[in-house]
Amino acid sequence: MSAPLDLALEVSGAVKRYGDTSAIANVDLALSGNDILALVGPSGCGKTTLLRSIAGLHRLDEGFINIGGKTVDDSRRFLAPERRNVGLVFQDSMLFPHLSVAANVAFGIRNHDRSEVKRQVAEALEVVELHNHHTRFPHELSGGERQRAALARALAPRPSLMLLDEPFASLDANLRIQLRRHVVGALKATNTPAVFVTHDQGEAMATGDQIAVMRRGRIEQLDIPYGVFHQPVNRFVASFMGQAAFLAISNAANGPSTALGPIETQYPNSSVAMLRPDDVVFIPDEHGSAIVQHTEFRGLTWWCTVELAHGEQVLSTRSHIDPVPVGTQGRVELTPGHRQVPIANEQ
Amino acid sequence: MPAPDMLPRVAQPSGEAKVVSIGLADRISNWSWPTLSWLSAFLIVTPVAFLATSIISPSTEVWRQQWDTRLPGELANTIILLIGVSVGSLVLGCSLAWLTSAYRFPGSKLFGWLLIAPLAMPTYVLGFVTLSVLGFTGPIQGWWRAQFGAEAWFPDIRSMGGAIVVFTMVLYPYVYLLARAALRDQAGGAYSVARSLGAGPVEAARRVVLPQLRPAIAAGTAIVMMETLTDFATVQYFDVNTISVGVFRIWRHTFDRDAASEFATLVLAFALVVIGLERVLRGRARFGEAGGKAAGIMPRALHGGRAAAATIACTSALAVGFFLPTAQLIVWAIQRAGSDNATPVTERFWEFLQNSLLLAGVTATVCVVVAVVVANAARFGNRSTSLATRLTSVGYAVPGPVVAMGVVLALAAINEALGSVGLGLPGVVATGSFIALVYAYSVRFVAPAISSVESGLAQIPMEMTASARSLGLRPARIVARIHLPLAKTSLLTGAVLVIVDSVKELPIVLLLRPFGLDTLSVWTYNLATESRFEQAALPALAIVAVTLIPVALLSRQLADSSVQTDLSDSVSK
Repeated sequence: MSAPLDLALEVSGAVKRYGDTSAIANVDLALSGNDILALVGPSGCGKTTLLRSIAGLHRLDEGFINIGGKTVDDSRRFLAPERRNVGLVFQDSMLFPHLSVAANVAFGIRNHDRSEVKRQVAEALEVVELHNHHTRFPHELSGGERQRAALARALAPRPSLMLLDEPFASLDANLRIQLRRHVVGALKATNTPAVFVTHDQGEAMATGDQIAVMRRGRIEQLDIPYGVFHQPVNRFVASFMGQAAFLAISNAANGPSTALGPIETQYPNSSVAMLRPDDVVFIPDEHGSAIVQHTEFRGLTWWCTVELAHGEQVLSTRSHIDPVPVGTQGRVELTPGHRQVPIANEQ
Repeated sequence: MPAPDMLPRVAQPSGEAKVVSIGLADRISNWSWPTLSWLSAFLIVTPVAFLATSIISPSTEVWRQQWDTRLPGELANTIILLIGVSVGSLVLGCSLAWLTSAYRFPGSKLFGWLLIAPLAMPTYVLGFVTLSVLGFTGPIQGWWRAQFGAEAWFPDIRSMGGAIVVFTMVLYPYVYLLARAALRDQAGGAYSVARSLGAGPVEAARRVVLPQLRPAIAAGTAIVMMETLTDFATVQYFDVNTISVGVFRIWRHTFDRDAASEFATLVLAFALVVIGLERVLRGRARFGEAGGKAAGIMPRALHGGRAAAATIACTSALAVGFFLPTAQLIVWAIQRAGSDNATPVTERFWEFLQNSLLLAGVTATVCVVVAVVVANAARFGNRSTSLATRLTSVGYAVPGPVVAMGVVLALAAINEALGSVGLGLPGVVATGSFIALVYAYSVRFVAPAISSVESGLAQIPMEMTASARSLGLRPARIVARIHLPLAKTSLLTGAVLVIVDSVKELPIVLLLRPFGLDTLSVWTYNLATESRFEQAALPALAIVAVTLIPVALLSRQLADSSVQTDLSDSVSK
């Protein structure tokens, strides 16, 4: 089986069953260049199973996987993980506790020339900015340093694909942001394509060049971050990626429209309009028919839940310097330049 | 490992040799883990399978003869002994576990871990010490008669009752250990809740704690019954002829392999009944399954007479099960060392010790290697390997006489098979040889090695193994560079457990030992059978000393965990 050489990863028709349930059901995806693909989805959606299939920790029941143009898993052949040339980073660093950081990083380097190994170790630790930690042992590192060391270890053998399974999940919020810049920087610097599993939508959008949103073993949408957030293919993707309000579309004589005005929709039937909180402006007006039901302070902005005349609700953000009390009457409008996004009304 | 020429030949274009050799290694590692683990399972199960199938063609004559003579009595004895010992151990073990967990009294913390000390006392040693001290010719009865006249009544020690007491005093720690662990890990929270709902301590214990302890108690009692079933030395001292004694008698007197094996299937049947009982008692609950780690029971302080009674109860159990017999052995050993007829015995002591340690060492090595293979195979192999692992552990649930006769049958079959291709083994290999002994010991004792290596391996996350694999290392190299260094403590623990079991072991070595190969346990047994109790003291002490090692390790663990509980208690306050 030959695959286009520029594809770093190609998964096609992948199925993995556990008993009667399909952990992954007919997944296709492709990754090229040095792209980072973020796999997101609710827990149990199959994202980790998919990652493990790519790593070779188990075999697919159907479909095939190519890594760097080489078939590693199909009905006829199955390449053991040690022969796939992929790097793996887990939530907990999984550094070998009885080896120093340098020995951990050297672990996967196949080279008989000692000085060359040493050079590669130094290089890998340089990339993750741990050059002063060669002789430390894993228990002497902080959580973030451990994850960086784990990344250095996985990068050192120059893998053709990096696989990261919730690599920041065990760290606190501020460290996560810092570390993910580090990791993305290191992956780009070494020109390594990667698949990155996370349950955090924000992290996925900040990290991925591409995002695959998974549900019940299937990829619901594979797109650039802007696409999955602002042009979701269905209601599940829309609400999974971030908070949104959905308004019914009615077919009036002058075309389809919602409570916020006319809308262009490519879906003839059963579609709704998605509105992100920043798409809606609330204008206080004592004659208005909309009422502020609830407000929530989010730091940069206020998030207001506004009930419209006929009972539908929308979310609307306001500047932190411009709060409105609950019960304020007013009207809602589309933010200038924004539009209502029609999406398939499927849960 | 397979011979290299069994592997498919691979064309080796020059210059690509390295690539091809990786492919070859890969091919081996893909099937070698399941294969090796199934091979281990096969070797372990074969003797038991041979024995079980020997009943298919029973020699009716033997059975009829046995049935007419000893068999009914032996069956009755076995059943009475099993019931007596399990009831005794259950009551004693549970009471002591409850006493040391739920109450505070002078020494309660110390007793908590010290009460397992009788595990270091082989039954046959306590058996002969008891007989010599309390028996008709012993000092106690002599004194009794001097006080109250020659006809004064004294309970008959050499009896079923005496045997039951001796077994109970040595075996109760199995129930005690598991019950105590369950009390600490599981029942504590439920007990507190029951008390807060208005139940008194007794009612809470009966309605909430006991049902939760049931799986642990069932498991502990099953071990006690297995240990009782496997014994045929102690029961002989006490004149209680069980079916295990029957196997021994037939084999040693007639060397009739088939008759002895068929008889051993009876022992196997009893073992299966015990396993079945344990399953039924356990119900759908699992031992060690907790609904989250709950706090232990808060011990309540006892005062005055009740505190004294508790201390006395624990002290007596310990004294009878361990300290008094040990003290007696030490006294005898010292007395003998000074006397004339001690010299020849002491000279041979080193030889016996050497035999015991050699046998134990070789067995431990075999067991740990097998354990490393099957435990790692479960991680690298396919799903079938976990079944193989469980099969490999089956020997621990098979009584010694069964294993011994099974090995005799298996080796005889191998001998025959080799003979048919003109390669006969030397005759002794099949009946009594060092190899046969090591084989039988390994079948019986590989299970503790496997479970300790498995628990060591379980400390290494699957993800760590996966990381190592993705870094390009083959499973065998991962075992060598990651698994073994990280699990070396558990390897050592496994080896120690096997060594201790082997040094203590008596039934198998009595059945299978090659002529002239005497171990400490055989020597002890022989001297004790001839009522030369004082001379038996030295080897018996040596066995107790070896057995103390793991018991001390276990005690320290128990003590540590109680310290931890105390710490967390004081933190939460």
